[in-house]
Order: sequence, then structure tokens, then C-alpha cells
Amino acid sequence: MSKFLKRFYLVLILLFLYVPIVVLIVESFNAGVSRAKWEGFSLRWYNDLFNSPAIINALYVTVSIAFLAAFFATILGTLAAIGIHAMKKRPQSIMMTLTNIPMTMPDIVTAISLMLLFIFTKLHRGYFTMLLAHITFNIPYVILSVMPKLKQMNKFSYEAALDLGATPGYALRKVVIPYVMPGVITGALLSFTLSLDDFTISYFTTSPLVQNLSTLIYSEARKGIKPTMNALSALMFIALLILLLLVNRRASMNND
Amino acid sequence: MSKLAFPSWAVWLMALGFAGFIALVVLSIRQNKGIKRSLFAYPYGLWIVIFTIIPLFLIGYYAFTDKTGAFTLDNFKNFWDSNYDMHKQLAEMGHNPADLGITRGLVNVDTLIYSLWMAFLCTLICLGLGYPAALFMADRNFKLGSTLVILFIIPMWMNFLLRTIAWMSLLEDNGLINSLLTGLGLPKMRLMYNSQAVLLGMVYNYLPFMVFPIYNSLNKQDNRLSEAAMDLGADEMVTFLRVTVPLSLPGVVSGITMVFMPSVTTFFIPRVLGGGNTEMFGDLIERTFLSADNWNLGSALSLIMMVLILLSLTLLRKVDPEGEGGSTI
Repeated sequence: MSKFLKRFYLVLILLFLYVPIVVLIVESFNAGVSRAKWEGFSLRWYNDLFNSPAIINALYVTVSIAFLAAFFATILGTLAAIGIHAMKKRPQSIMMTLTNIPMTMPDIVTAISLMLLFIFTKLHRGYFTMLLAHITFNIPYVILSVMPKLKQMNKFSYEAALDLGATPGYALRKVVIPYVMPGVITGALLSFTLSLDDFTISYFTTSPLVQNLSTLIYSEARKGIKPTMNALSALMFIALLILLLLVNRRASMNND
Repeated sequence: MSKLAFPSWAVWLMALGFAGFIALVVLSIRQNKGIKRSLFAYPYGLWIVIFTIIPLFLIGYYAFTDKTGAFTLDNFKNFWDSNYDMHKQLAEMGHNPADLGITRGLVNVDTLIYSLWMAFLCTLICLGLGYPAALFMADRNFKLGSTLVILFIIPMWMNFLLRTIAWMSLLEDNGLINSLLTGLGLPKMRLMYNSQAVLLGMVYNYLPFMVFPIYNSLNKQDNRLSEAAMDLGADEMVTFLRVTVPLSLPGVVSGITMVFMPSVTTFFIPRVLGGGNTEMFGDLIERTFLSADNWNLGSALSLIMMVLILLSLTLLRKVDPEGEGGSTI
């Protein structure tokens, strides 16, 4: 097949992926409420955004949960990975199988099982339960990001540190943790974005009183989404893009 | 700022326990006392027991009990026949349901079959669209492969619900596609509120999950293998079919897993883009739990779902025992 056709195909696929997003961003600048008609350029939805307590509150819930969940999941997950790595073969494979359960279960089953747990323990569903649920689905991703780094590591460097007089704690701090740090950071970023975007698990583990952006959008979807939401997601999209560019530049600078 | 729901004392105790353990670990690292390293995994082990294992058992518990907590198989009978409860009540009142013309209710089983069919179609379309895309991206003469991977990831940052809703503006009766059609003097088409629209939404959402693992396994391939095949006289087509494709199978398998599993349980997409009779199994579970408030039946439905998924996973494992393909992210 000719080179041109191959490229053309890739462009078509990318168009398919990007058209809805472009539509979404363009709509956020539309002066009218109607989705289909263009009534002139306006920033009114961006203005509305900052005067809408429901959206600002949902944004606060989303970002704070994503941050806290990523934080706790990274600590627990990194410790777990180091621990599991040091285990004997049998317990190690049991732990890894258990780690894979939440990743292979469909979201809705995880969500429902957690909801049943909160109902069963008579825990009021809200911010706290949503946080617990997010930590739960984030930990496996941290473990799976840190584990390969631990496996790559030359186990003799840890032993060498001990031979040279380092205590196990010191060797862990100065040898193991710096080595696995890239995996830890990947895991943390992955957790953060996963929890930022989660809908199903949040929906089942919170109450209508505490909404994150996804559940707010869901509850408004039937009434019709206001372009204010589009404005917000356009802003978040751009923020993430800038973040990615910065991270990439840092990475390439480090490589040079 | 938000209305915090305060947890009971037991949860605080648990949290305290965790904080204590982490403090202990940190302290022992600081004091340079060697503690056994496998101990580090214990808080996570406890976490798994509380938040993964017990909840899964709870699904089983609710699935096999009724509202009073007594053991019953009625939930599964209700799955098989959604009129089961009605039959039972009528029989208790001394009527014969068959005389009243009440037959087996097929809602639940039909929804399951419809979901499996839709997930199958979605996986097939994703594979058909995704394999060539991954192949062209992994092409050695194509330098932009890794950039394209990022371009495939970026749309996923936009909230999944909003992306699905954005399709409404395109597909609506007065939407962009139809305005384009009328602008060209063509008749309007009814694009939304049917199964095809739901399928489109699903393919749109899950396509990247098919492309990544296939791209990964193609990219990892040793180019010398296909060169060797060519040297030994195979033409391009034969090389592709007998070297490249078999070697990319692990990626294909994990792509299929990553698309099929979430597709079966899709919910929300059918509600936004679909019409009245496009409910899928995920929606059914959600409705049973939250609208009908029937946790027992809902749990039974989830259990059936889980068993199906585990079965298909074991089948797929047979093809890709190493679980290679993997995800890129």
C-alpha cells in the first residue's frame, strides 16, 4: 500500500477521535445555548463558570480527591511493591493475583462491591467513602508501575550497600527508593489522572450531596448540559496539555 | 467546603491503624533498624482484604439472600424470568399464571445477550480499525509513531461523559452532520437513538485500548525476523500473515480483553445515544440497584457478570499465557 494511503488512514482515525473534542471546545465559545446553532463568539460561559458554586464545588471535590487518592495510593502501593518483591515465590504470586482482581473486574462490579461494603458497615456515602474507593482502585496501578523497576534493579547493588556498611534502612533510602522513583512518579501521575476521570466508581460510592465533575455532568445530562461544562472541560483539557508539554520538556532536558 | 459525611468511629480506628503502621515503617527506616521487608506489604494486604475481598463476598452474600437475609435462589430465578415474583404471588393467591397469560419475562436475559452481542461487535470493529492503525504507526519508515501514541491518549483526558455528549451535537436531528447534509441538498438522516449510535459511541471510547497493546507488540518485534522471511523467499503478504500477525497475537489478545470487558458493562453511553430499547447490562445493574432499590437482584446480576468475565479471561489466558501485550500507559 502506498505511503500516502497509510498516512491518510491514520489522519482519518485521528479525525474521528478529535472531532467531538473540537466541537466541544467550539461550543464553549458559542454565544447561544443551542448546541447546533452558532450565534457568535462569546466568553459568557467562561464567566458563568466562575459564578457557578455547584461546578466550583464539584471541581474542588474532583481535584482534592484525585490528589489525596494519588498521594495515599502511591505511599501504600510503593511500600506494597517493595514488600511483595521481597516475598517468597508463593505469597508473591498470591499477592499479585489479588492485585490483578480489581483491574480485571469491570468498573461497575468494583463500584457495586464497594457500595455494598459501605452500606453493610453503615458508613454514610460521601466524600470520605469516595476517597477510600479511589485509593482502592489506584493502588494496583502504582504497584504495577513500581514492580518492573524493582525487577530491573540489580539486586547486588542493595547487597553491596550492606557490605559497605549501610544499614538495611539506609540502603533502602539511598539505593532502592531512588532507583524505583521514576516508577513511583509514573504510578502517582497515573493514579491522579485515573481518579480525575473516574465516573462509575464515584457514582456508586458517593451521595448526591457530594458530587465530583463526572457525577455532576451525569445528573445534568438528562436536563441538557449547559455550555458552562464545556468551558470547564476545555480549560482542564488545556491545563493538562500544558502540563504534558512541561513534563516532556523536562524529560528531554534531562536526557540531553 | 463540601458536606463531609462523617465516618463512624470504626473507620477512624482503621485509619489510625494505617497511619500508625506507616509511621512505624518510616521510623524503622529512619532508625536504620532492619525490619523484614515483606512487612511493607502488610498494610496493603489488610487493604485488599477490607476493600476487595470482603466487598466481593458481599456481592455473593446479597446475591444468595432475600431482603430478610435468608438464603434463597430467587434472585437467579428472577434473572432467568423477570416475571418470577409475579408468578409466585399469583400462585400463592391460588391462581394459575398460565391461565392469565403471564409467561416468562425475558428482560434480563435479553439485555445480557444484547450486551454481549454489542460488546462483540464493538470489539470486532475496534480490531478492524485499530490493527491497521497500529501497523502503520509501528512501520519502521514512519518516524511519528510515538507522537501518535500521545495523540491517541490526549482525547482520553477529556471527561468521558462530555465526549459522549459531544457526539449528540454531531448526530442530533438538527445536529452538525444533518445541517451539513441539508446544506448539500441531501435529506436528513436519523442518526441518534438507535443501536448504531450506541455502537459508535462505544467504538469511539474504546478504540485507543485496542491500538495501544497491538502497537506495543508490533513495535517490540525484531525486524530481522521479517527480513529473514523475505530473504528466504516469502513475499510481503506471506511475511505479514505468517510472521508479523502471529507475533502480534499477544497484543491482539490484550486489546480484545481491554475492549470487550468494559464494553459488556458499558453504561451511560446507551442512555445518551441510544433509544428506548438499547439498555445494556451495565444500565440494568445500575437501575436494579439505584432505581428499583433491589440490592439482592442487583448483586445476582453482578455475580453473573463476574462469572462471565472470569470465564472469558481464562479462555483468553490460554492464548496469551504470559499476559504479554500489556498496556502502554
